Amino acid sequence: MSHDPYIELRNVSFGYGKRQILSNINLRIPRGQLVAIMGGSGSGKTTLLRLISGQVRPQSGEVWVDGKNVATMNTRELYVHRRKMGMLFQFGALFTDLSVADNVAFPLREHTALPEDMIRDLVTLKLSAVGLRGTQTLMPAELSGGMARRVALARALALDPELMLYDEPFTGLDPISLGVIAHLIKRLNLALGTTAVMVTHDVHQSLNIVDYVYFVAHGEIAAEGTPDAVRQSDSPWLKQFVHGDPDGPVHFAYPAGTSLADDLSQGVR
Amino acid sequence: MFETLASPFRHLGALTINAIWRLGFAARFLGAIVMQSGQSLLRLQMTIREMYFAGVLSLIIIIVSGLFVGMVLGLQGYNTLSRFGSADALGALVALSLLRELGPVLAALLFASRSGSAMTAEIGLMKATEQLDAMSVMAVNPIARVVAPRFWAGVISMPVLAALFNVMGIFGGYLVGVVMIGLDAGTFWSQMQSNVDLHYDVVNGLIKSLVFGVAVTLIAVFEGYDATPTAAGVSSATTRTVVTSALVILALDFVLTAFMF
Ligand SMILES: Nc1ncnc2c1ncn2[C@@H]1O[C@H](COP(=O)(O)OP(=O)(O)OP(=O)(O)O)[C@@H](O)[C@H]1O
Ligand SMILES: [Mg+2]
Repeated sequence: MSHDPYIELRNVSFGYGKRQILSNINLRIPRGQLVAIMGGSGSGKTTLLRLISGQVRPQSGEVWVDGKNVATMNTRELYVHRRKMGMLFQFGALFTDLSVADNVAFPLREHTALPEDMIRDLVTLKLSAVGLRGTQTLMPAELSGGMARRVALARALALDPELMLYDEPFTGLDPISLGVIAHLIKRLNLALGTTAVMVTHDVHQSLNIVDYVYFVAHGEIAAEGTPDAVRQSDSPWLKQFVHGDPDGPVHFAYPAGTSLADDLSQGVR
Repeated sequence: MFETLASPFRHLGALTINAIWRLGFAARFLGAIVMQSGQSLLRLQMTIREMYFAGVLSLIIIIVSGLFVGMVLGLQGYNTLSRFGSADALGALVALSLLRELGPVLAALLFASRSGSAMTAEIGLMKATEQLDAMSVMAVNPIARVVAPRFWAGVISMPVLAALFNVMGIFGGYLVGVVMIGLDAGTFWSQMQSNVDLHYDVVNGLIKSLVFGVAVTLIAVFEGYDATPTAAGVSSATTRTVVTSALVILALDFVLTAFMF
């Protein structure tokens, strides 16, 4: 059974109102893997995470996580599903009326009966893991953008979840913190066996730590592969994305075409 | 021709249907709050914290307004009553107007604009900054954790604030009638005592303020939770809270008065 994927999306389509965002997405993420999702801004990466966490339901298709279909869960089942999951929001989403320490302690206080001094120690540990020991008494308004996102990361990790969803963990970080956070994400994945999905724009940093990459474009999986395959791919589109060339064979104004997507995915597989 | 005649009616129809839809949503929301209220009662400090924000911070405005309303009642009441030679009844007039009508209604209007709007803005902003999403992704129900404590805090605070408003108002009436104009203090209080009935006047007034408390707080938390998650959305939700609350308070007051007195 260990070959069963931990997360599997089957023919998932989703749109906000009449606007179709994702169509016919298929992806499989084995247990314990660290997988990156990349793609242009507005391509639906955050939406993909929201489907996995059950915040939105697909219009068609199935979202399997740990043997259960998230798409058909009722509210109670969803909350059970989320107990073993941690999510880093793209903009942090810290509770503005709670201090840094209380933010990180929030999931511990809600879901465990740990004594207060143990919670304090755990909070200190999590905060020092993201390089922010000593900020306990600050309020979210007193943090910089990058600090707030690291506090949010500490909060998401508080309960050592078996599934982590990171929405752009590297944005707004200086090169040193970026290295520290990338290392932390990798270490959690290796040491605790956490399955992790990471949305990111940071191609170079993430290709160094992930096991597999999916590229989303025009509502579909446009390309996928291991980091090595991606680096060596001769697909012009991927080359342009990986090297961040402003000019490439593909223009961003290019209209969505399935032939282009097919072409790209052949290049990597 | 027919079009131009029909369009105002069509507009009115659409408004009505929309209003009834929202009423239905609000009723279901109230059901959800009640279902999710276990935590706000078990972890009472959560609700007490909200009572501080909703109730305690409204004290100043309630005290000052109550005092002034009572003083105006004293002046106007004396003016009118003395024309009929019955200035002695001033104490009864002040107390009855406050207990039955002005206390519950004005305190609720003040509460809606001071605390109701704040609740809407706070919950709406939490929604706009994804704090409610983050909470529910952490398997914590935002209705249980954010909405229900605020709701109960408002429902509990409202009658207390209305009672305080009454006390201050009666004191204001006393200041004007007895201290300023020089009516006999004994007559002022004894007239009040013999004309105010505990069940008929005091309890009915309390029931009114309890109903207003439920209505105002429900409107406030519902508008916040339902707000469009943008700056403009939160601001218009806050406006709607104040306007809707005012209309609902006055309409409910008419209905309750018709049944009670
Ligand atoms: N709540 C919403 N209502 C309507 N449309 C939405 C909503 N959220 C996102 N969208 C639309 O869905 C599309 C995908 O959004 P999503 O947030 O998933 O993009 P993304 O890939 O995460 O982009 P970014 O890299 O900029 O974060 C966007 O075009 C956006 O306009
Ligand atoms: Mg995004």
